[in-house]
Amino acid sequence: MPAVTGKLAAASLALALIAAATSTASAQKKYDTGATDTEIKIGNIMPYSGPASAYGIIGRTEAAYFKKINDEGGINGRKINYISYDDAYSPPKTVEQARKLVESDEVLFIFNSLGTPPNSAIHKYMNSKKVPQLFVATGATKWNDPQNFPWTMGWQPNYQSETQIYAKWLLKNKPDAKIAVLFQNDDYGKDYLKGLKDGLGAKAASMIVMEESYETSEPTIDNHIVKLKSTGADVFMNITTPKFAAQAIKKNAEIGWKPLHFLNNVSASVGSVMKPAGYENGQDIISADYLKDVSDPAWNNDAGMKEFLAFMTKYFPEGDKLDKGTIVGYAVAQTLVHVLKQCGDDLTRENLMKQAASVKDFRTEALLPGIKINTGPNDFAPISQLQLERFKGERWELFGDVISADVGG
Amino acid sequence: MSAVEEVVTEAPAVEAVPKRAMTLGTGTSLLVLAALIIMPIFVKNFIIFQMTMLLIYGLAVLALNILTGGSGQFSLGQSAFYAVGAYTTAVLMEHFEVNYALTLPIAGIVCFGFGFLFGQPALRLSGVYLALATFALATAMPQLLKLNFLEHWTGGVQGLVVTKPDAPFGLKMSQDMWLYYFSLVVVIGIYLLAVNLLRSRSGRAFMAIRDNEIAASAMGVDVALYKTLAFGVSAAITGIAGSLGAIAVQFVAPDSYTITLAVSLFLGMVVGGVGWLPGSIVGAAFIIFVPNIAEGISKGLSGAVFGVLLFLVIYLVPHGARQVAILGQQLAGKLRKN
Repeated sequence: MPAVTGKLAAASLALALIAAATSTASAQKKYDTGATDTEIKIGNIMPYSGPASAYGIIGRTEAAYFKKINDEGGINGRKINYISYDDAYSPPKTVEQARKLVESDEVLFIFNSLGTPPNSAIHKYMNSKKVPQLFVATGATKWNDPQNFPWTMGWQPNYQSETQIYAKWLLKNKPDAKIAVLFQNDDYGKDYLKGLKDGLGAKAASMIVMEESYETSEPTIDNHIVKLKSTGADVFMNITTPKFAAQAIKKNAEIGWKPLHFLNNVSASVGSVMKPAGYENGQDIISADYLKDVSDPAWNNDAGMKEFLAFMTKYFPEGDKLDKGTIVGYAVAQTLVHVLKQCGDDLTRENLMKQAASVKDFRTEALLPGIKINTGPNDFAPISQLQLERFKGERWELFGDVISADVGG
Repeated sequence: MSAVEEVVTEAPAVEAVPKRAMTLGTGTSLLVLAALIIMPIFVKNFIIFQMTMLLIYGLAVLALNILTGGSGQFSLGQSAFYAVGAYTTAVLMEHFEVNYALTLPIAGIVCFGFGFLFGQPALRLSGVYLALATFALATAMPQLLKLNFLEHWTGGVQGLVVTKPDAPFGLKMSQDMWLYYFSLVVVIGIYLLAVNLLRSRSGRAFMAIRDNEIAASAMGVDVALYKTLAFGVSAAITGIAGSLGAIAVQFVAPDSYTITLAVSLFLGMVVGGVGWLPGSIVGAAFIIFVPNIAEGISKGLSGAVFGVLLFLVIYLVPHGARQVAILGQQLAGKLRKN
């Protein structure tokens, strides 16, 4: 009998020791649902079908990039399991897919879900569930609101900061400008307009001589341009999506209106705007950007660009390199990998948001030189710098310094 | 007159469905009901949410079924009524703090008025022309919701966030489960009303118009009144489905109610079987789950896969779920004889 008790005592001591050992080990490694020693589950929602399906390429690029990361051994030894669903840009479907990801697939967080209406639909849900909605793919300013929505963070420069940058430049270089604004009548256009007004401050009322809006359903915006010209403005703020931007540039040339022309970054594409509008009509237009343009020969010998092209060739050969979506997906995936590395073995949702909010001077080589990603507890706008560029010949030429503007939601 | 018009009037796309064939037998109904009541206890909240959406879309398909299967009129504009219902609820809940349950009848009444009024000009149209007129309504709706002077109420493109109700009377039930049972009660109520409506004098009038308008009017049916009435009833039910949808999804935005939704509902009706009310829920299941299956088969080609699946269904069972049910019944009858 005593021998048996002795054995039992020894066994229980051993068990206690094991328990102690595992508890210290788990003190270093902390996980929430969706993360384990071997895997990090990431959810994503993209419009692979429906009206915005052109953006689906962003999700496919991200999947390819995570495959590359997994082939290279993963993040701190953990493989990324990237689950991407289609919502066809329909908000009710986004809610269904987000709930599927969070409650059924049990992902650690949702990453880079696309579009303002779809993300608005799950904004409240994600925050009440306390599941990160990280680096959303929309430029609306409301994602930068850490006080009310601490589980949501944007990524790209928001619309307001872009026009703020134009306003800064105008106040410095052309303080007596008379500005005519053409904007799309929706949240995107209004966000841009607000940034411009905020940037001009007290002078906004005197400097802006006309605000003209158009609907996406209008076949042409020619009449708006004629109206804007009649104000005698010498600065034209062109807040339009690609099709209308091209029309505006062409019409300006036709009726001989030659103001200082600012074109928003949304339409600063050589292929879909400047070329159809005619290169000769687009000379000296000013815009702003934060990513390297793949079609720009200036980056031919750039190491970062070579790396991107090599990645595309090896992991996503069917993807269109010239489509801006691929380089966006590549850059945002790199930012996420950086944040996940920074999390170390503490893969809780809380720590993920904490690390995402403490990125210091991070650069992916897809960004223009000088632009850095910075976040803080009160700054949920990762990229808030842009560089101005002017259209010369058949491409954009960067000029001036990198300008920053941080705007909260 | 013109050849086109003759073709349209001579070949009615909606075949006559006898009214007894429009519903399920009592035994089967109770079985389905029991399954719907018990199921949520065993599944995750996410599945309950999907089932709630199934009921809601089922209700919207049912509404279209009354219009098309009952009175023989086409509509590709159901998404507009759905949107009006959803926005009525969202605006009442968020701006006027009206209880969610009270917003349902209000949405129903608003949509009834809207549908009845729309039915007036639609009277002059039939067949494909009516389908086109309603199509125009569906295309216009998302834009109307973005209008500047409505923006204060509708939130414009940003939409409105709706607060999900908690279970009342201190019931220990998740919000999803409560909403499911709430929707279930509403849907069953409306289903029973719809069945009774089609069995009533008015229902017979609807069907008489569907089968032969001239004969119906010769029998003394007020064709104009009943046609607009059918539109009104259908719009009211769609509107209630819309308000339930707004509460379940917790968000309304113009992009939620595009023409795609109208086409989906139409598709749901055809797959479920035109004129067969229980088929509505089968049709709803098709439009909710088959896109997910298609996506699982191929992400890049989900649309194409969905098309192939839809084609197979239409090719193999052109009368939708009704045909399957009838086949099943015949099979069961044979087995019993043996």
